[in-house]
Amino acid sequence: MPITVAGKTIETDEEGYLSNRTDWNEEVAKEMAKVDNCDLSQNHWEVINFLREYYDEYQIAPAVRVLTKAIGKKLGPDKGNSKYLYELFPYGPAKQACKYAGLPKPTGCV
Amino acid sequence: MTEATGGIEMEEDTSGKVKKFLYVNRKAPYGTIYALESLEVVLIAAAFDQDVSLAFLDDGVYQVVKGQHTKGIDVKNFSPTYRALEGYDIEKLYVEKESMEARGLKESDFIVPMKIIGAQEMADLMLSQDVVLSF
Repeated sequence: MPITVAGKTIETDEEGYLSNRTDWNEEVAKEMAKVDNCDLSQNHWEVINFLREYYDEYQIAPAVRVLTKAIGKKLGPDKGNSKYLYELFPYGPAKQACKYAGLPKPTGCV
Repeated sequence: MTEATGGIEMEEDTSGKVKKFLYVNRKAPYGTIYALESLEVVLIAAAFDQDVSLAFLDDGVYQVVKGQHTKGIDVKNFSPTYRALEGYDIEKLYVEKESMEARGLKESDFIVPMKIIGAQEMADLMLSQDVVLSF
């Protein structure tokens, strides 16, 4: 189901992940979040930007366990835990944040 | 757990028992889907907290060489993903010495630190596993 951002139609798959990763920009992320009734705060952006960097470096979207650990390393233990990440992304931190970050669904994520 | 292991035979009452899994990679990274599929299975299986090792033999050693450029064949270069394995607590990576040398490669040519072992040691490694998966 395609989404419309600033008058431009952007293709996504049936679960809302971008079909073409290069279509991503911050407005696209905001629009995707709006569909889920989620207002993106600075804390959300920290995770989204982290995921984009992770993908650039490793060419995969990390599993949630790996994401949690890596966030802890980078942003501190008060953010590198499931409770914090699930509060930000109630549909599952890896799944939902990867979607807003324009990444594919994490490998092994059902 | 048994369903998730996809047909790998698990004895009953083994919940919590850590098994030794070895993924054996023998094929060149591109041209067939084996290398990528193996890597994906490894990443998925990492969630089960088992004792995982990866072995690279024959043309499989090319999967982990530095400086892969795939633009010309229009496929994704997934070699950076091997560097993510450490974050998945997969740190036992082995290259067979004979395969490496036959291809003019050396230890410093690999994208992540590899343990270089001879054919006999590789055979022992395989023997010591509970499950060996070949790709």
